[in-house]
Amino acid sequence: MKANRIANAFARAKAEGRPAFVAYLTIGYPTLAKSEAAIDQLIAGGADIIEFGVPFSDPFADGAVIRAAAYEALRQGVTLDNALALAARVRAKHPDTPIVVFSYYNLILSKGPEAFAAAAEAAGADAVLAVDLPLEERDELLSVLKPHGLTMVPLIAPNTPIERVVESAKGVEDSFLYVITVKGITGARAELPPELTDRLDAIRAAVSMPIAAGFGVSTKAQAAEIGRHADGFIVGSALVKRLGETGSLEGDLLA
Amino acid sequence: MKTHYGTYGGQYVAETLMKPLADMAVAYDEAKADPAFKREFDEILRDYVGRESPLTVCRRLSAHLGGAQIVLKREDLNHTGAHKVNNTIGQALLARRMGKKRLIAETGAGMHGVATATVAALFGMPCEVYMGAIDVKRQAPNVARMEMLGAKVHAVEEGSATLKDAMNEAIRDWVTNCDDTFYVIGTVAGPAPYPEMVRDFQSVIGVEARRQCLEKFGRLPDQAIACVGGGSNAMGLFAGFIDDADVRLVGVEAGGKGLATGEHAASINGGRLGVLHGAKTMLLQTDDGNILDTYSVSAGLDYPGVGPEHCHLHDTGRAEYSVINDDEAVAAFDALCRFEGIIPALESSHALAEAIKRAPSLPKDTILLVNLSGRGDKDMENIMKWKESRRSASGSSAKSEG
Repeated sequence: MKANRIANAFARAKAEGRPAFVAYLTIGYPTLAKSEAAIDQLIAGGADIIEFGVPFSDPFADGAVIRAAAYEALRQGVTLDNALALAARVRAKHPDTPIVVFSYYNLILSKGPEAFAAAAEAAGADAVLAVDLPLEERDELLSVLKPHGLTMVPLIAPNTPIERVVESAKGVEDSFLYVITVKGITGARAELPPELTDRLDAIRAAVSMPIAAGFGVSTKAQAAEIGRHADGFIVGSALVKRLGETGSLEGDLLA
Repeated sequence: MKTHYGTYGGQYVAETLMKPLADMAVAYDEAKADPAFKREFDEILRDYVGRESPLTVCRRLSAHLGGAQIVLKREDLNHTGAHKVNNTIGQALLARRMGKKRLIAETGAGMHGVATATVAALFGMPCEVYMGAIDVKRQAPNVARMEMLGAKVHAVEEGSATLKDAMNEAIRDWVTNCDDTFYVIGTVAGPAPYPEMVRDFQSVIGVEARRQCLEKFGRLPDQAIACVGGGSNAMGLFAGFIDDADVRLVGVEAGGKGLATGEHAASINGGRLGVLHGAKTMLLQTDDGNILDTYSVSAGLDYPGVGPEHCHLHDTGRAEYSVINDDEAVAAFDALCRFEGIIPALESSHALAEAIKRAPSLPKDTILLVNLSGRGDKDMENIMKWKESRRSASGSSAKSEG
């Protein structure tokens, strides 16, 4: 039986009395080599789960930082296959760290869901997050992923009704829910909305799988606040921005 | 709500938009069932847009071609100069009904932006329009019109700086402001319920044209021809004839410099299955699944996708989709100017070019109904530039041959 790296990662964090740290990087930014080094640094710095953001030409759910990173990676010709090849190298070095392939559905559809699932399994990936594949459309991919031992990470928005949260959890209990903190696009924000903690409590009460909150998270204080109401927090734009500016993610990962 | 057309369509959007889309679908179904909504829509189309739009028989052009009769459905005579306003009125009425305070839109050639800015002024709603920076330059008169009408125009600099990038930016605005903002999509693309809703609002074109053909000719046309970028004018025309199995439905895609050159915007003829902007549809994309830049002399057809229902009509064979290149479209533009005294939009010139191609080999009693979806005033500068570049290109090749 295949180890459930995602459940284990959340369990480990919980045993240590802290929320799990989910880190997003745009693969290929500033270069593929720097992405690989940055993932090693993230894991050394305490990241529990790595989201491999695969650059797409039309990133309509992303804020300025991740868009700019995606365009730069695409300019260098970085593809989904490059990201999967990097995943395989990361898997060889880090056998326990869950890898989530994070992108827009067209990249997967274009490769072919079955071919993608086989390649992702071979690379040692654990899950897929397709930004534009909501509950109503996800079965066409999920049904193909499952036989390959892969799961999906559903997005939960501020306006997702609780009944729909419960529906979204069905069939992916081996994963985690990605709770979007704000209506909008990705990007660091100084303040998280005050109603967020109630919302996280309500979601956590409704499902038995781990939940992690992201969009706008960049500081230790925000992560700690989320950690009191969720099983994990997700940081993306702040890491991508720093990596672009300094070329490295050495040292403290949160401001 | 109809969400899928065969394997096409759906709601491939970020989770945050699922609730606004569901609310919109419910509101639209209620509006459709409310006679007062239809009454107000029809009244605005009559008193403000100037519908119905006439049918014009192209007597001199048809005689010159020596075959079938070419008949135009004159959407160019609508207020704002194109078919786009039919849809923006419908969506603005729905937005008002839903209590939304603000309209946003994407635009390529600017016609949909102008049509949205127009209804925003009519209904007293603030309006922001996203437009690719390249389109802002090549369609400057329409930018001025939108601003004159009180809309704020955002030039989108990133990506390919054209229509698809404008749509990305409009989606980002909507996902951030969905509580009070209504996103007015300009074509039969996007997530459900947009393809159905936009087709319904545009179906006035086909419904009128069918009745007018029966009144004028005592019979239906043999073929109904329309250009297809996203495909709203074509779907509007086709909607009137979809149940008339004897009427051939012909969509015309923009072949740009020719399909073989890769510089075109023909998603059905030159693309493959993908997902973009909320729908599964035929897309122009790289082998890796990134979206390609498109090219056409006409900015309004310059979009890498196409409405999902068109893909389905293509699969089932109910409609056929051909390709017209830049030079054929410009020749058709010239022909309509000289033979009929009508300056067509470059988009509509593609449909006309297909009719001009087909007419000579068809009997004189054949009726080719062409949707003249817009007027060409906006294209003057582009067409002069295009001709100038062709003249200098042929001049230099003549020199090198000499």
